[in-house]
Amino acid sequence: MKPGERAGLKESKPLRDIFGEAIYNVATENEKVVVLDGDLGNSTKAETVRIHYPERFFNIGIAESNLACIGAGFAACGFIPFIVSFSSFLLCNAYDQIRLSIALSNVNAKVVGSHGGITLGKDGPTQMGIEDFALVGGMPTFVMLVPSDPVSMHWAVKAAADHIGPVFLRSSRVAMPYIYDEKTAFEIGRANMVREGDDLTIIGCGLMTSLALDAAAELAEGGIEARVVDMHTLRPMDHDAIVSAAKETGAIVTAEEHLLTGGMGSNISRIVAENAPVPMRFVGLADTYVESADPDDLLVKYHLTAADIVKASLEVLRAKGV
Amino acid sequence: MPGNPNIHDKKELSKIARDLRLDILETTSKAGSGHPSSSFSSVEILTVLFFAGILRYRAEEPMWPERDRFIMSKGHAAPLLYAVLAAAGYFDHDEIFKLRQIDSPVQGHPIQYMMPGVEATTGSLGQGLSLGIGHILASRLNGFAYNVFVLMGDGECEAGQVWEAAMAAAHFKTDNLTALLDYNKYQETGPISREMALEPLVEKWKSFGWRVFETDGHDVEDLIDQLEKAVSFKGKPSIVIAHTIKGKGVSFVEKDFTFHGRALKGDQVKQARKELLSEGAAT
Repeated sequence: MKPGERAGLKESKPLRDIFGEAIYNVATENEKVVVLDGDLGNSTKAETVRIHYPERFFNIGIAESNLACIGAGFAACGFIPFIVSFSSFLLCNAYDQIRLSIALSNVNAKVVGSHGGITLGKDGPTQMGIEDFALVGGMPTFVMLVPSDPVSMHWAVKAAADHIGPVFLRSSRVAMPYIYDEKTAFEIGRANMVREGDDLTIIGCGLMTSLALDAAAELAEGGIEARVVDMHTLRPMDHDAIVSAAKETGAIVTAEEHLLTGGMGSNISRIVAENAPVPMRFVGLADTYVESADPDDLLVKYHLTAADIVKASLEVLRAKGV
Repeated sequence: MPGNPNIHDKKELSKIARDLRLDILETTSKAGSGHPSSSFSSVEILTVLFFAGILRYRAEEPMWPERDRFIMSKGHAAPLLYAVLAAAGYFDHDEIFKLRQIDSPVQGHPIQYMMPGVEATTGSLGQGLSLGIGHILASRLNGFAYNVFVLMGDGECEAGQVWEAAMAAAHFKTDNLTALLDYNKYQETGPISREMALEPLVEKWKSFGWRVFETDGHDVEDLIDQLEKAVSFKGKPSIVIAHTIKGKGVSFVEKDFTFHGRALKGDQVKQARKELLSEGAAT
């Protein structure tokens, strides 16, 4: 079954293609937007800007440290640089450069980590960004956006351009179905409730939000009504939505295509523990690297499916005492 | 060139250099830490840059969009950066004595825009040249014709990013970028030749597509000549490799590379002050 199928969501193109359209749109709207590429523009789809606005597109080559700092230089001169490469290469090769020249300097630069998560599949674990939330989490001035569908991707790229200050945005190779309609309102730091329910709350981000909706559809067949929250902003995190979910539903499951250590769920649990302790369960990658394979096979083997979310939901409901 | 000092008199420049060294001595000693010897070795380079009409800046308007940029890539020489910015009029001279104190913007290593004139956050070495390339590529879109100067250390050239930037600068033909290399021959733990050999350094830069100029980094007259040549050279980025003495100006610091990350204290401060003042009197 495809992500979102059970929940009745409409299929879409790979998320990176949507990113390519979105970055072209913001470059069209705002001539201060420039794109800095780490020689992966055809994979990340940032090449749309190269095609249409070649004077504002710079391939810095396979040199992420240089890439990040050149981007920071553009930001210091009043431009809005989008520094785009694979999440793993950018953050792991250029962490210190991003830390000093962007985060600590608090400049208006945007870091786009493409191919986030494990669903890039067959290229294998060397290319996968399974630690990006944790790494960006280590840089306090960064806003962190994780779109979950085409509409939220378009919003996130525009929001990144409009926000003054460092922004990290995760893009992915995998297709994510439509969760939102075009008229949906978004705001940085305010999570969107995408399904109402009072028995428990499933908080997802990225691909896992549509899988959470699939899980909720399955739970509903057994009479369990799950609230589903799309945590599209990992920082600043929507404190109120989390506390309301804890208080109103009494149980929380989190789901993310990321390591559990240092990920979205661990940050949510801190807010829950301090404000409204309720039973929680966490769907994500245990302390492991994954392997080269078809994305669907990887999601099953590494327990990132709607069925895994259902299982965690039933467990957390037992802990809640239902 | 709106009102920048354009001093070519050797005696006058030497007096500025001497005062900068005194500031470095006093601020690091008051802080009880810092990098006096790495600051001392770059003093004449920045004296010429800021006071001999090379760098175009407006101290009263630090963010003037058309200003030339100076990026202190060897961030540990922050005491020199603060001293030279104060001498150039960016902020009050008293500010520099807040170096490394609580609630002060005068950070141990520079943080971008925390003090007027501080263009970049540095201290993790190897990043400044890349930042400079960003400023230059941006100037092409803005239509500004400013120059960018980046002061690097020699040990810093061990960092791979420096060579990523060297390659990119030549690729983008950033001929308004001038790298200034303080070649004092020592890194933190010892002589460069012993710890991680850099030579042949001139050939390395040439092979990366740069125009290389060499100078005695304490000879203000030759520094002026080489910097002027580097700025006017077209077609390639330029580097001025300035041969210097680590700890220059204070005899016992020149002889002891372990002063790298250590402030002078007590009698050392008195002795250093005496030497610097007598040297100033002699010229």
